[in-house]
Amino acid sequence: MKKKNLAALLLAGALCFGLLAGCSNGGGGNGGENSGAVTIKVGGIGPTTGDNAQYGTATEWGAEIAVEEINALNGPVKFDFKYEDDTGVADTAVAAYNSLKDWAKDAPLVIYGCTTTGPCVTVSAETYNDRYFQLTPSASSPEVVAGKDNVFQMCFTDPYLGTAGAEYLKNNGLGTKYGIIYNNGDSYSTGIAEAFIAKTKELGMDLVATQTYPDDKNTDYTVQLNACKDAGADVVFLPIYYTPASLILAQAKQMSYAPLFIGGDGMDGMLDMDGFDKSLAEGLLLMTPFSAGAEDERTKSFVEKYQEAHNILPNQFAADGYDCMYAIYEACCEIEGLADMDSAALCDALAAKFGSGTFKVDGLTGKGMTWKDTGEIDKSPLIFKVENGAYVDAQ
Amino acid sequence: MSFLNNVITGVSLGSIYAIIALGYTMVYGIAKMLNFAHGDVIMVGAYVCFFAMGSFHLPPVAGVVLAVLVCTVLGMAIERLAYKPLRAAPSLAVLITAIGVSYFLQNSAQLLWGAATKVFTPIVGTSGNSSLELIPGQLSISYVAVLSIVCCIVVMVGLTLFTGQTKLGKAMRACSEDKGAAQLMGIDVNATISMTFAIGSALAALAGVLMCSAYPTLSPTTGSLPGIKAFTAAVFGGIGSVPGALLGGILLGVIEIFAGAYVSTDLSDAVVFAVLIIVLLVRPAGLLGRYVPEKV
Repeated sequence: MKKKNLAALLLAGALCFGLLAGCSNGGGGNGGENSGAVTIKVGGIGPTTGDNAQYGTATEWGAEIAVEEINALNGPVKFDFKYEDDTGVADTAVAAYNSLKDWAKDAPLVIYGCTTTGPCVTVSAETYNDRYFQLTPSASSPEVVAGKDNVFQMCFTDPYLGTAGAEYLKNNGLGTKYGIIYNNGDSYSTGIAEAFIAKTKELGMDLVATQTYPDDKNTDYTVQLNACKDAGADVVFLPIYYTPASLILAQAKQMSYAPLFIGGDGMDGMLDMDGFDKSLAEGLLLMTPFSAGAEDERTKSFVEKYQEAHNILPNQFAADGYDCMYAIYEACCEIEGLADMDSAALCDALAAKFGSGTFKVDGLTGKGMTWKDTGEIDKSPLIFKVENGAYVDAQ
Repeated sequence: MSFLNNVITGVSLGSIYAIIALGYTMVYGIAKMLNFAHGDVIMVGAYVCFFAMGSFHLPPVAGVVLAVLVCTVLGMAIERLAYKPLRAAPSLAVLITAIGVSYFLQNSAQLLWGAATKVFTPIVGTSGNSSLELIPGQLSISYVAVLSIVCCIVVMVGLTLFTGQTKLGKAMRACSEDKGAAQLMGIDVNATISMTFAIGSALAALAGVLMCSAYPTLSPTTGSLPGIKAFTAAVFGGIGSVPGALLGGILLGVIEIFAGAYVSTDLSDAVVFAVLIIVLLVRPAGLLGRYVPEKV
């Protein structure tokens, strides 16, 4: 019996060895492809189930399309992509991150995520200690990147949008009295709102109503709308996601209150909600880096592929995800000695590249995007107006 | 006038809570279990109606009927597959199973229909004016609110008559008093419990359609918060009591809207639960619940 076991073990060992040898031989030389390509593992984290599932699935699908394109380029870098669900909860995100580390083993790993701010703050603290490069498509709080040299953002930071919103209204002479309704249980919404409120004070704009609600599951906004209406606000700023915003628009119409509504990038996607009455959004202004209706070749091809695969229009989360993959790809292509790097060395090299201020990326969400060494992105929002159920440039 | 507007909003929201609370209270009264999957049946009902009206272009009435039918079958199936095998198990096991069923329904809905929010077309008041002007320019009531209140009253009267007058209704009451004795009297306890789930789930479908007509966004987690609120309403009014569910639901809706309007929109849920705690301190069995001392 013992001898048999030993023989089996030896045989198994030999087989394994053969397999490994096969891998290292075959990996680079698949019939005339770029044999020097370095494979980098990209581990994505975001909510694909639960309340924020729509955002996580968008960042996953957007990135998938970019990864497919990049791998088909036969360039010097290939991606091995895996996406883990964090359900939008911080401790689940850490579990997802750990499972990605196990998945990558000794291969160089880059973390792509998280989609939402809360989990991203938690995971970025871990990646900072473990030295993995991290690029988030959509976690927009300044807390995500604060004090961490390895974490970069593809989206605007929240305060930036609030400031830009107030300036846009002031510069274009829109409105005389301003109202704001935001979700003070959400860091995205609160971040934009606080910057907006501060900027209106600075610019001497008359902010007459500051209204909050505690949770995006909230369904009744008549109290907040009444307060804005009674205060005579003719512009209402909504730095919130499109689901609650769609309810606000419907309820405002029901009470015959028609101020100018303006929102941030969280509004993008409203027009594509199944069953949404587009006339409700008529005249709505929104600041977003991406529009699925844009006419350039790259956006058109992305939208087409996305629709073919998932039967819905991509929103800015998907576009940010797509741009993340290209940003990582282009940075990797410019790094010397990539083949010999482990995750930590790659992290330092990528962080140096992104933080250099000279590294530029053209993407769906901006041309010539650069990063500050703090991790924040430098790109400006496009301002769109909804007319006849479609976005029109309102810059 | 804004006071009266708030009353109207509160009562119509409360009516929907009351209809959902009935499902909790009836199931608790008879099976002595908290069916936490009830909120998710609401969501399924709303989805069925959404697709019936949107994809198959059925008239709203047919959509509602279809939603009620599907949820009735779903409710009975859940009871048969998930709860019946656990009838002799400790109540904690059943409770955890109910939470499991809730997650199962939410995630199945996401797989089937996607995570993206859908916008529900209200079943009434879509053509032209969506609300009835009571005092022009000042006080109006939406058709959906009218429908919610009417449905709530009809359901309450119907259920009261059903449990009081019919043989099946009496069987339900007998089961809630004492299952063992009811069985000895020749009542089929299993069939009665199954019927209770059927009625509760049918009402959940109705509530789902009404709720999504009033607040027209629909996603796989739509049912969870109203489910918890309605459960609170059921406890508030006295769990196990049908009029208690009505009273609890309406009060909860009104308190919620008033707390938002006159205290703070951030604290409205906190105020609701503070009132609940005070009521339970004074009347441990809820407003209309019967306090039954434990016999030792």
